[in-house]
Amino acid sequence: MTVPAMVAEVVRKFRANARIVIVGASLAGLRAAETLREEGFSGPLTIIGDEPHEPYDRPPLSKQVLKGWVPADHTKLPRLREVDAQWRLGVAATGLDRATKQVRLEDGEQVPYDRVLIATGTRARQWPNPAEAALEGVYTLRSRDDAARLQQALAARPSRVLIIGAGFIGSEMASVCRELDLPVTVAERGSAPLVGALGGVIGEIAAEMQRDHGVDLRCGVGVSSLEGDADGHVRRARFSDGTTVEADVVVASLGSIRNVEWLEGSGLASGFWGVGCDAGGRAFDINGVVTDSVYVAGDVARAPHVLYEYQFLAMEHWDNAVLGAQAAAHNMVNLEPHYRPHLLLPGFWSGQFGVNIKSVGVPSFGDEIVFTQGSVEERRFAAAYGRRGRIVAAVTFNHGKWLEYYGQLIEESGPFPPPPPGWDRPDDTKPIPAQFPELGVPTAIPEVVLTGHDPSERKAVFRPRR
Amino acid sequence: MRIVVDLNRCQGYAQCVFLAHEVFRLSGDETLTYEPNPDDEQRLRVQRAAAACPVQAIVIDRLEGAERSVTP
Repeated sequence: MTVPAMVAEVVRKFRANARIVIVGASLAGLRAAETLREEGFSGPLTIIGDEPHEPYDRPPLSKQVLKGWVPADHTKLPRLREVDAQWRLGVAATGLDRATKQVRLEDGEQVPYDRVLIATGTRARQWPNPAEAALEGVYTLRSRDDAARLQQALAARPSRVLIIGAGFIGSEMASVCRELDLPVTVAERGSAPLVGALGGVIGEIAAEMQRDHGVDLRCGVGVSSLEGDADGHVRRARFSDGTTVEADVVVASLGSIRNVEWLEGSGLASGFWGVGCDAGGRAFDINGVVTDSVYVAGDVARAPHVLYEYQFLAMEHWDNAVLGAQAAAHNMVNLEPHYRPHLLLPGFWSGQFGVNIKSVGVPSFGDEIVFTQGSVEERRFAAAYGRRGRIVAAVTFNHGKWLEYYGQLIEESGPFPPPPPGWDRPDDTKPIPAQFPELGVPTAIPEVVLTGHDPSERKAVFRPRR
Repeated sequence: MRIVVDLNRCQGYAQCVFLAHEVFRLSGDETLTYEPNPDDEQRLRVQRAAAACPVQAIVIDRLEGAERSVTP
């Protein structure tokens, strides 16, 4: 037998007999499972999810679900193909033992694997004071069940809703409240809504949009405490500037926390920003050595990105979950030189106050911004972000058809300011500072973050010289 | 039935709103919202909408009775 024939036989046997475990049963987990079967993997496949529901889509939760148009359980994801798998839903993974190659579940069971995919995503950051967080009427929004509960609370017509944190989800919720004609206060510790993701220049436009729609927007203030009544229902919030607001529904929209605690002791490069992996989804251990059997995809993954100085990029974006999972799954059942990279130009969208906000690239990597098309007054424009004479990102407000143009420039490391697309140019096309805040305020952590060059936040173990 | 729209791709052409207005809605000029799990009686309309989408952003489930494959 020739060497290539032997290798092909090894791959064939592996695809027929290996055991694969996917931890995480949301968008990334589902698309990975489909890809594995599509690639001819026919061995036992186990999918573990801590929620009791089959995979569902999260973006509708803060929009059409909260608004009451679509029931929360109407978000089940379409299947791209049949997946023969053992689904272990409603049970969380609590540990990963790489020596014995087993995933430990909270019910005590151990699930053996030859390859494991980590797709555990993120969870909502809770209001930090546990007693106040436990008050009735205090919510967070991440899961289908969260959305169902909050939707009910909004449908009961509260006298006022307080949203703490004006990131994308917080702003979308404020928009829904106004569409439902509910009085809403938004408290943001940063200088403006969306400031962490899009900077202060765009943040100011977002702030005007909120106020024009009747949002009581308060920036530069924190909420110091939440107060309840005798029945344990929230009634009032006290702000850092001494003012108060009466509200009977409070939503903490403080961003997300990556679900990595279960990997404690696994020796993987996991931490605050997720699990470090290469551009093919193979996880790094804490010493920066790439593993052969552990893969990562979705919100919990961070990988070096060629466009951004090979910094580890963490993305809480919908298409990152889909495409990252498909690349990782492909690599799980293939060998070099057939590995596939997951090199995605980051992109996201947000619908709020009747405006479609879309972005490509990593805005916070830039330090300057220039308006390139349309009109800020009409809230229909495109703007580009630059760094050292290079375009690194773009944002559009109701101008999504032009995003591809900017995406292409970013992929080619095009110049900044970018060449004008020759249509609909604004009067003023001078670059100005983009005004990104220092990281530190939880609500100002963007959904796409460059997290530096270290694969691990933990200390590597250095081999002593002998 | 189940659908998902890749809203990174969607550019708000609104062909789907025209062809299946009970499933797809435009909020403002460009923001598409939709019912991800519409009634089966909408299937033909949704299929037409998916076919007509200029950027092919609408994904429809490719198997019937997907629920059966999941046992919590």
